[in-house]
Formats: sequence, structure tokens, C-alpha cells
Amino acid sequence: MRDPILALLAKEPAHGYELRQRLVQALGPPGRALNPGQVYVTLGRLVKAGLVAVEQVGQSSHPDKKVYELTAAGRDRVAEWLADLSWPKVTPTDFHLKLIAAAVAGLADPVALIDAQRHELLRQLREVQGAILVEPPDSRGGLLLEGAALRLQADIRWLEVCEQRWLDWSIR
Amino acid sequence: MSAPGGRPVVEATGLTRIYAADGVAVRAVDGVDLAVEAGETVSVMGPSGCGKSSLLHLLGGLDRADAGEIVLDGRRVEGLSETSWAVLRRRTIGFVFQSFNLVDELTAVENVELPALLVGASARRARHRAVELLERLGVADRRDHMPDRLSGGESQRVAVARALINDPLLILADEPTGNLDSRATGEILRLFADLRASGQSLLVVTHDARVASTADRLLTMRDGAVIGHTHLGGVAPVGSVLAGLADFGDAGGAR
Repeated sequence: MRDPILALLAKEPAHGYELRQRLVQALGPPGRALNPGQVYVTLGRLVKAGLVAVEQVGQSSHPDKKVYELTAAGRDRVAEWLADLSWPKVTPTDFHLKLIAAAVAGLADPVALIDAQRHELLRQLREVQGAILVEPPDSRGGLLLEGAALRLQADIRWLEVCEQRWLDWSIR
Repeated sequence: MSAPGGRPVVEATGLTRIYAADGVAVRAVDGVDLAVEAGETVSVMGPSGCGKSSLLHLLGGLDRADAGEIVLDGRRVEGLSETSWAVLRRRTIGFVFQSFNLVDELTAVENVELPALLVGASARRARHRAVELLERLGVADRRDHMPDRLSGGESQRVAVARALINDPLLILADEPTGNLDSRATGEILRLFADLRASGQSLLVVTHDARVASTADRLLTMRDGAVIGHTHLGGVAPVGSVLAGLADFGDAGGAR
């Protein structure tokens, strides 16, 4: 959750509850399952790691007086995360949040991110397909590879849907 | 895999096809440049309606372009009469379709030999070659079956045999695995890999990433235009994915 939180902070400094709102909204229905304290715990860790700075704002009557802001190291970490294509370490949820954070903060073109990720998945699929083709057709080992190929194929289809949607949104 | 200095088997420049749909001109294919070198496999991907099938139909002469040029085996197609184009096409291009397009009234072997008979091969020679191909593609035992007695995978193998019968320079395949299950898709991919190893040039239009990923090059189309061009490279390297499948997550040692 550290990287998505950092990326969602890239647009502007925010209160913890605002960040949590952004995250819940970006996740859609799965966001409702989010543990409320988790965002604060993560923010605390990010402050400790020097990726986020925290400022107390006194004059507000709101109980949440802390405003969080990315540090220079935090910005570097966000850029690294956006460029990381190592699927499935980068999960679909990560990737989805990456697109939203990148678009909101103007950090990168979502369609370009999708394209780069799609190429990486095609490369992985090519690797799996190449391995399948040198196996005898009915080998048991081939069955494991077949599963990997089908998952990558499904992921690539999802990226194609993402690309279409983000293109539509960018035109509007 | 193309011979150095070898000319492309097919080359298209500025290829354009405009359809009128409800009084609106739709540029189904919009200024596409494309070349397939000898021995090369090129895949074309893109969302449905992006013009990838239309492009294939233009290259194969199933439809005529409104603008642009096609050079097939070093010959400009535009200047040819309908008849000469048909002859050139039958001798140089083999088609594979999503729905197999086998003739229902003919047996498997009769379907395969048909294009050879159409270019004037003797019945004896055509039959000999058709049986040879059915054997090579592993469906020799289905030679006398009617198409409705064949599985999807078998039908597509017969269709590939038919596409190969006139030793085409280029195979054009339109969603060849679109109607196949995972196992039959695997068989067709294996078949295409064998064809490539024998030096066959292929242009494959597909929305199946498994098929596209095995090509030498990948073109991505949107709204009639080619918007991306990727060299997928030679033999796929063994790397992260296979290693990941053997990662048990307890590499830290005995627990």
C-alpha cells in the first residue's frame, strides 16, 4: 500500500482522511473493505522512511490537523514505481492505482503506461509460449505453463480494456 | 530470419479503404504502410473495428483499396486486371480464416486439393500433395471426413493444409484461433511455429495475445491506422516468468 499512497500524494499535500477518500474512490467497491487505520499506519511508516513530511496545521477546528507532503525522496520513489513493469509483482490493483495517480497528478500519460506494461506482458507471454513449444504436446510440465499463458492473456486483455477507457476519458 | 537484402514478399504503402456507413465515410484502413519480409511472421493486433481484418482483406485481394499501393512478390497489384490479380493471388497467398471456411459438401482432402485444381494442377498431383499436407498437419486420418464431422482444431488444420497447397509465399491468417479452445489454440501455435521454422512468411491478424506474442514483429492498429510497431525479437529468452513459476517463496532455507 506504500507506493499507491505515495503516488496519490503526488498531486498535492493532503490530510490523512483525504488520502483515504482518494484511495477508496479509486478502488471502487473493494475500497470499502479497506481497514480505516491502514492508511494512517502506512503514512506513519512513510514519514519514518523520509518519503513523506508531516506538518501540523493549528488553526483548523478539524480533529485531523496533520498535512502530509511528499519529500524529494518520496517523489523519486513515485517515479521509480511508475516505471516498474515487473508484473505480477506489480499487481492489477497497483497498476490501476498507478494509472489514476499518474493522471490526477499529471505525472505520466496513462495510455503510455498501459502500452509499456502491455509490451512487458507480451514479452513474458512470448517467454512462456516459447517454453510451451519446446515441451512435448502432452507433457505434464506444459500444463503449468499453459496456466501461466492463460493468466497473461487475461491480463493483456484487461490492459486493452484499460487502454480503451483511458483513451475515451482523455478525449472527453 | 529474412535473407539480407531480400525483398519483402508483400509491401503496402499508404493503403486506404473508405466505407460509407449511414452516409458517413469511415476510413477503415487509413494510410497503412507495411512490409512482410521472406520468412517473417508479423502479427496485427487491435480492438475490434480497428481495421485489422480490412487490412488483411486488402492485402489478400478480397477487397480493393481506395488509395495506396500493394507490391506482391515484386509485382504492383494496382495495374493488374481482375483475372491476373486472381491468378497471382492463388499462386502466392494462402488464407486461413477464423471460421475455417471449408466447403461443407467436400471431404477434408477435397477441400485441401481445391486451390491446386483451380490453378491447373492435375487431379493426381493435387491429391498426392493434399494427402502429404494432411499427414504433415496430423489430420491424415480425417481425410475422407466431411467438415461437419471435424472438431474445430481439426477443421483449422485442414484449412491450413488448404492454405499451403500451392506453396504460397505468404499465409494471411484472420483470427486463426478465434473459434478454438485453449488446447486447439496450442496446436495451431505449434503448427505455425513449424511453418516458420520451414521459412514460411505469415501475417496474422489476431486479438489473441498468445498468438501475437510468438511473432517476430507486432503491429498495433487503432481507427484504421498503425499506431505501434514492436520488434519482439528472435528466440524468446528464458527469464523472469519461468523462474517465478519455480519460486516457492521459502528460498530463505529450512524453517
